[in-house]
Amino acid sequence: MIRITKHALYDILRNRFVLFYAVFLMIITFSLFSLDSDPGKAILSLLNIVLMVVPLVSIIFTTIYFFNSYEFIELLLSQPIDRKVIFFSEFLAISIALSAAYLVGVGLPVLLLGGQGALYMLVSGLLLTWVFVSLAFAASVSTRDKARGIGMSLLFWFYFSLIYDGLILYLIYSFSDYPMEKLTLALISLNPVDLARIVILLKLDISALMGYTGAFLKNFFGTGLGIGYSMSLLVAWSLIPLLYALRKFLRKDI
Amino acid sequence: MEPTVPRMLAASFLVSLFVMIMSFPAGAITLSVGQQQSFQTIKEAVTAAHPGDTILVYPGNYREGNILIRKSLVLIGRDYPVLDGEDKYEIITVAATDVVIQGLHLVNTGAASINDIAAIKGLDVKRMKILNNRFDETFFGIHLSNSSQCLIEGNMLKGTAGARAEQDVGNGIHLWKSDHITIRNNDVTGHRDGIYFEFVTRSRVSGNFSHQNLRYGLHFMFSNDDEYMDNTFQNNGSGVAIMYTKGVTMVGNRFEGNQGAASYGLLLKDIGDSRIEQCQFARNTVGIYMEGSSRCILKDNTFRENGWALKIQASCDNNTLTRNNFIANTFDVATNGSISLNTLAGNYWDKYEGYDLNRDGTGDVPYHPVSLYGMIVEKMPTSVMLWRSFLVMLLDRAEKVVPAVTPENLRDDSPSMRML
Repeated sequence: MIRITKHALYDILRNRFVLFYAVFLMIITFSLFSLDSDPGKAILSLLNIVLMVVPLVSIIFTTIYFFNSYEFIELLLSQPIDRKVIFFSEFLAISIALSAAYLVGVGLPVLLLGGQGALYMLVSGLLLTWVFVSLAFAASVSTRDKARGIGMSLLFWFYFSLIYDGLILYLIYSFSDYPMEKLTLALISLNPVDLARIVILLKLDISALMGYTGAFLKNFFGTGLGIGYSMSLLVAWSLIPLLYALRKFLRKDI
Repeated sequence: MEPTVPRMLAASFLVSLFVMIMSFPAGAITLSVGQQQSFQTIKEAVTAAHPGDTILVYPGNYREGNILIRKSLVLIGRDYPVLDGEDKYEIITVAATDVVIQGLHLVNTGAASINDIAAIKGLDVKRMKILNNRFDETFFGIHLSNSSQCLIEGNMLKGTAGARAEQDVGNGIHLWKSDHITIRNNDVTGHRDGIYFEFVTRSRVSGNFSHQNLRYGLHFMFSNDDEYMDNTFQNNGSGVAIMYTKGVTMVGNRFEGNQGAASYGLLLKDIGDSRIEQCQFARNTVGIYMEGSSRCILKDNTFRENGWALKIQASCDNNTLTRNNFIANTFDVATNGSISLNTLAGNYWDKYEGYDLNRDGTGDVPYHPVSLYGMIVEKMPTSVMLWRSFLVMLLDRAEKVVPAVTPENLRDDSPSMRML
């Protein structure tokens, strides 16, 4: 397993995309910090990058890589190797590469320059990377067609960062006469991007999420229990699509 | 030798002069109260005193129930003698003019739902001075009604919030139907309302620090022509609320950290012809909430890190907002209607993205401080959970390009490019 992971990792690093990704993140982070004298505000601007760019790059890169290495996977499958091993090796290689790029690109500058809530942002971004890598796996194993796979991945990304929020807004609008606080909690839990956003925001900008809903969310997510809940939920969000993909991969006729 | 007539005359003159000199201060002697003094209790001294006398209270613990003062006396405590209400009594009740109460430590008044039991209560008093006293665990601290020309200065008031149930908490400085009152440099905490006015006119409130009160730091209604200068209202349950009043002048006050669903830095309800200048609004859920207010001038204020800097309801008209700073607020302005009858001019908005081609310090394109998302949140508070999401960003951008929902005429035509 380690040998396959190593090989895949070497393959990923060879095409230099991950390197560009890391450098891109680093340039953006540093420039945001140098533009804003207040590190808290820089983190807030960085939030948009973490919530949009990181998931997008993770899911698209993973899908493209998976389809590009399809022949290699087929070759491995002809050998007496457990499918599980192949699957997890690929997943590990991609996760490691993207996580490392994220940690170098965002983590290094953020930890150097500091700022309120930096740690939460770092951890949430890392978890989001894994979530979207595993979503990409789920999309990729569902189809043989590369274009359809990428399309599905993009749809996932659109769904979680845009469509889902639109649905929430519609739901809130439709039921605005009712107390919705508990429901919002459930709704947030069903979207990893929202979950990460609210955890980071509650650490960053208290005044933003004020009012009754804000206080309610803060009471929940502000505590150690709430942090634990959201982090474990994010982990679950990365595990469930992965296990679905694994199931599909094991039964797939390749 | 027989005394001559002129000599006798001179002697009698001298004697009468002496008597006259002695008789004047006879009305203003000092009565000392204390264990080793001529009076053991304050009540005895009050009974024995004549108008104009001074009662000097030495250190000690005085449990005398209610002390009623019906003469013009000066009551001075030396090293803060403790007057204990034993959780039952109103401590000092004053019904006379020209009374001075200074340097006392008043503790443990009773609490009641029918009577406003206070540490110091003034009824129909004039020219009363309450100076440098300390209040601890009092229901109402200072309570004046139907009074005028009084001075309340340098007192430290600490209420019963926390120690007692919420209904057993009264106001710190409570004034009813009074005029020409000066309230200066007091520190009020742990009460229901820090400073409470009802029908109080032509008064001056300055340099006070009202903090951690259960409800409002300052609360008044029907109190015309009052001035509020350089006060700080901090972390009160619901901030500051002023209602049904004309001619309010507020200069240099600070409204800070009033957070909660129904919490405002400053709530203006039916306020007219008033000025709010050079005030600081920081870290409040809502900086200023205006409702039914007209002809107010808001000038040179700074709004920093509030959830909403300003909520101005459609029932407000002819208000002028000028030269204010809006910095790092989540929402600058929110409103509930589609028309706006107020004037915004020359403010600094940190979210302004316009340009200044002729470099006169004024932006060339108007600034619309109401965002679409701000209006959505105003209508559906739950949607605050979508703040800073991609969707909200897109909605706001689209609305900025083609305004459809946000009130078109609620805008600053001459936004300042620099902080003022």
